[in-house]
Amino acid sequence: MVQYTNTALDTSFAALSDVTRRGVLEQLGRAQASITELAEKFNMTLTGMKKHIGVLEQAGLVITEKVGRVRTCKIGPQRLEEATAWLEEYRQLWTARFDELDAVIEDLKQRKKFDGRKKRE
Amino acid sequence: MDAKKESEPTTMKNRTTVERTSERELVVTRTFDGPARIVFEAWTQPDLFKRWWGPKSMGMSLLSCEMDVRVGGKYRLVFSQGMEFFGRYIEVIPHSRLVWTNEEGGEGGPVTTVTFEEKGGKTLLVMHELYPSKEALDAAGTGAADAMGELFGQLDELLVASSTNAGRP
Repeated sequence: MVQYTNTALDTSFAALSDVTRRGVLEQLGRAQASITELAEKFNMTLTGMKKHIGVLEQAGLVITEKVGRVRTCKIGPQRLEEATAWLEEYRQLWTARFDELDAVIEDLKQRKKFDGRKKRE
Repeated sequence: MDAKKESEPTTMKNRTTVERTSERELVVTRTFDGPARIVFEAWTQPDLFKRWWGPKSMGMSLLSCEMDVRVGGKYRLVFSQGMEFFGRYIEVIPHSRLVWTNEEGGEGGPVTTVTFEEKGGKTLLVMHELYPSKEALDAAGTGAADAMGELFGQLDELLVASSTNAGRP
C-alpha cells in the first residue's frame, strides 16, 4: 500500500529499535493518549517520554496535537498503514458512498427548487 | 479540526473523516451541501438510499432495500453480491437523528447512530458506531491493535536478522 523509501525505512527502523517506543506505538494503536499518560504508563519522566515521542514523530509513526495544555499522541497516518489498513478501507467506502450521496442531494435540491417555483406560479 | 478545512481549492468534495474514538467506537463525519431534511430524506427513502449506499464507484450496488423507518421498524439490505444486512430502527427523529441495530452478525453487531446537524444551509453528518466490546470492533476489521502486534513481531524478526548480518552491537 505504501511505497517505502530506504531512508524512510531507516528512520522507522531506528525509531522502532527501542522497546519503549514499540510499547508506546502498541499502546497508541489501541487508543490515543497524552504524553503525561504515556510517561506514567511506562514509568518514566515527562522529558524522557517527550524525547521518545519526538523520535517517533520524526519517523512519521506518531502525530501529536496540542489542545490547551495537553499534547495528545496518536498513530501517524503515513506509516504502518498495515495496522490501520482496515480503517482506511472503511474510510474509502464511506468516501465513495458520500460522494454519490452528494449527487442525490444535488438532485433533490434541484427538484425542491423546481417544485417551489411551480407552487408559487 | 477537520470540519473547517473542507473548502480546500484542490478538492471539490467535502472531506470524510473516520476515527476510532475508543476501543468500542468508530466515528465517521462528513458535511453535505444541503439542508438536513434533504440529507435525512436520502437516508430514509429506499429509492434514494439505493442510489448511493452501493456505492457504484466501488463496484457495489444494492439489489434490494426495504426500510420501515419508525421506532421498532425493520430494514433489510441485499447487495448484488449476495451480502445481507438487517436490523431495527430504535430511534427516529425526523431530520435530526437515526439509530439502528446491525443484527446480521448476531450479538457482536454495533448500534449505529446518525445525527444530522444543519448550519447555514449545510448539514454536518456524524455517524457513530458503538460495538458491544473491543473484541467485536477488532473483529469487524482485522483489528488495528492485533495487526500492529503482528507487524511488530515481523519488525522484531527483521531487526534481529539485520543486526546479525551487520554484526553490529
